[in-house]
Amino acid sequence: MFIWIPLFPLVGVVVIGLFGGRFLSRRIIQGTAVGAVALSFLASVVSFARLLGAAEPSQVKTLGVWIPATVVRLLPGGAAPVSIDLAFRYDALAAVMTLVVTGVGLLIHIYSIGYMAHERSTARFFAYMNLFTFAMLILVLGANLAVAFIGWEGVGLCSYLLIGFWFSKDTAANAGKKAFITNRVGDFGFLLGTGLLLATLGTIDLAQVNALAAGGALSKGTATAAALLLFLGAVGKSAQIPLYTWLPDAMEGPTPVSALIHAATMVTAGVYMVARLNALYSFSGTALTVVGFIGALTAVYAATMALVQHDIKRVLAYSTISQIGYMFLGLGVGAFSAGIFHLMTHAFFKSLLFLAAGSVIHALEGEQDLRRMGGLRRRLPWTYRVFLIGALAIAGFPGLAGFFSKDEILAAAFGTGHYAVWALGLAGAGLTAFYMFRLIFRAFYGPETSGPGAERPVHESPPVMLRPLRVLAGLSIVGGYIGLPHVLGGRNWFGVFLEPSTGRHEIALAAPTEFLLMVLSAAVAVAGIAAAYIVYVRRDGAPARRLAERLSGLYRVISRKYYVDEVYNGVLVNGTLQTARAAAAFDRWVIDGLVDGAAALTRGLSSLSMLFDGRAIDGAVNGLATVQRTLSGALRRVQTGYVYNYALAVIFGILVLISLVVTIF
Amino acid sequence: MIPINAVLGLGLLLFCLGLFGVLFRKNLVIMLMSLELLLNGINVILIGLGRQAGTARGSIFALFVIVMAVSEAAVGFALVLAYFRQNKTYDIDRLRKLRG
Repeated sequence: MFIWIPLFPLVGVVVIGLFGGRFLSRRIIQGTAVGAVALSFLASVVSFARLLGAAEPSQVKTLGVWIPATVVRLLPGGAAPVSIDLAFRYDALAAVMTLVVTGVGLLIHIYSIGYMAHERSTARFFAYMNLFTFAMLILVLGANLAVAFIGWEGVGLCSYLLIGFWFSKDTAANAGKKAFITNRVGDFGFLLGTGLLLATLGTIDLAQVNALAAGGALSKGTATAAALLLFLGAVGKSAQIPLYTWLPDAMEGPTPVSALIHAATMVTAGVYMVARLNALYSFSGTALTVVGFIGALTAVYAATMALVQHDIKRVLAYSTISQIGYMFLGLGVGAFSAGIFHLMTHAFFKSLLFLAAGSVIHALEGEQDLRRMGGLRRRLPWTYRVFLIGALAIAGFPGLAGFFSKDEILAAAFGTGHYAVWALGLAGAGLTAFYMFRLIFRAFYGPETSGPGAERPVHESPPVMLRPLRVLAGLSIVGGYIGLPHVLGGRNWFGVFLEPSTGRHEIALAAPTEFLLMVLSAAVAVAGIAAAYIVYVRRDGAPARRLAERLSGLYRVISRKYYVDEVYNGVLVNGTLQTARAAAAFDRWVIDGLVDGAAALTRGLSSLSMLFDGRAIDGAVNGLATVQRTLSGALRRVQTGYVYNYALAVIFGILVLISLVVTIF
Repeated sequence: MIPINAVLGLGLLLFCLGLFGVLFRKNLVIMLMSLELLLNGINVILIGLGRQAGTARGSIFALFVIVMAVSEAAVGFALVLAYFRQNKTYDIDRLRKLRG
């Protein structure tokens, strides 16, 4: 049954991709794309319902051998040759991922109908979106690393295509390239990790890798190496330190793309992958610690950059990086189900925030700069309401989705004794609340500033855009209750459901301690919101400006994004360019020189032989002719052409003959 | 009876006159006429010598020569006429296509 889930978007791609540009009307294209994802969502729901009733925790569907054993050649001394199947697995983790991808994807597809209504390349956009959905589903359903890698590369390709959707704009085309190339670095690690597992374990089936790793079939060092190589792929795809720089630039793409790919689904692929291979990471230990620290550092680091951004989408982009950092933090402290829980709630509220930001941008006809917004609360009441819900959810306001998932992660960090990680996470939570409400207060509160908002009438978005927003807002409110912790009287149903996939992770905390932590993180969130209110509403941003002046050096460093882009450009990009230039110079001077030299030599030789031809051969022939001419020139004088000359000659001839006859006879 | 030497002298005179005409005159028609003179000089000699010998052979041979001369004149004048139609002249000096 579950094999139907990725099939519908594939059909959508084929139909729209082959016929959309020429033969199908805009309405039919939109209907096909949304219908394909809707059917896929339906299939996900049915599969999920069946999984709940089934005794088996996972189902595997093998479509056949993909790479036969004769092709896979392993190192001498490694495991026996194996074949790689084109196989798919459906279990609790895959169920969550398919529901999130198709559910959120469906809402974003519907929203896109309104958002991309004025766009010309409807077919191209929806074909890419469906292709992305298909690739993402292959990624989460792949039973082994090779099949997952098809999806892994597929989503990267779609990300590139959709970031560069407006490819005639230089910044968009460059952002697409940056995203793709940065991801290549990670994918390289992913491939190496896959190869290492294949060579040492003889299998890359995800369940078998987990089982073998848990059973001690790997040495600690090999497990750590493989896990870290795979994590490099996750770092690239999920935009963590140090490969995060592409994600803010990726905001050049259309806003629904940012919501679907760069917030809800693709960028969380790394989190999914680490959670999927939880036994391998747990066995390594070191790798898990690295995951946790990278996540915690990214969570705070990206949050600081979100504080000073002026582009509404870039604030959300840094916020996404920071939130994915939380997910990795959760995985790193061993709370795999908590990481996936945050992945899900984040998909709800971050796509909500992106789509609401898209609604703002749509209403302001492309304006994205927070400094030119203000007072939109009255003009865009519904957008304001859903944006507020999303912001409260991400800030971790008690009772909303983000509160439960983030709190579970922080509690797990504290409970497992990772106090440094916990402190970083808590600081990041405060920053998150602050920057989100800075965004809200600057965009929706205050005076209506000059700019498009004040001059032209600003309209609320059409229902086709607002309805998905309301659904996502509802999910952002109630989404957390499926993982209600024990201390609040829940049973953490979500964690229990995921146990077959991610294992059991008890948080060894006394109930009062856990409750205290919860209150603490809620207090931090509220404090962040209050601070933003005081700074940006009461004092109209004056304290922020004063602080920026007093710490101008620090402010400049942060607002220039810690100069990381500059360093990367200077060292890596320029280094590559310089190497390429050197190689080009080598080509031009040495290789081309050799080729040109050979050509010049041939030319010289042939001109020599031409000279010989001209002088010697032609000379001999012409010389013969000249001799003939000269000799015959003397002889031709005899032929005067005068009849009487010939007659005279005849007569003389006769006389001679007669005299000869007479004298002889 | 005309002496044989007078006959041979007349023949030689006619022959030399014809030869001179063929070699030195520039007009094609005159050249052809000179050719007739030349042939008739020989005819005179043939007939004279035949009478001297007391046979008819010389006269018979002369008749052959006359027939040949007639046909030669017919062909020759036809050629001269064709030449004149092309070049509007009888001048032999213009007829130099054989010059090397």
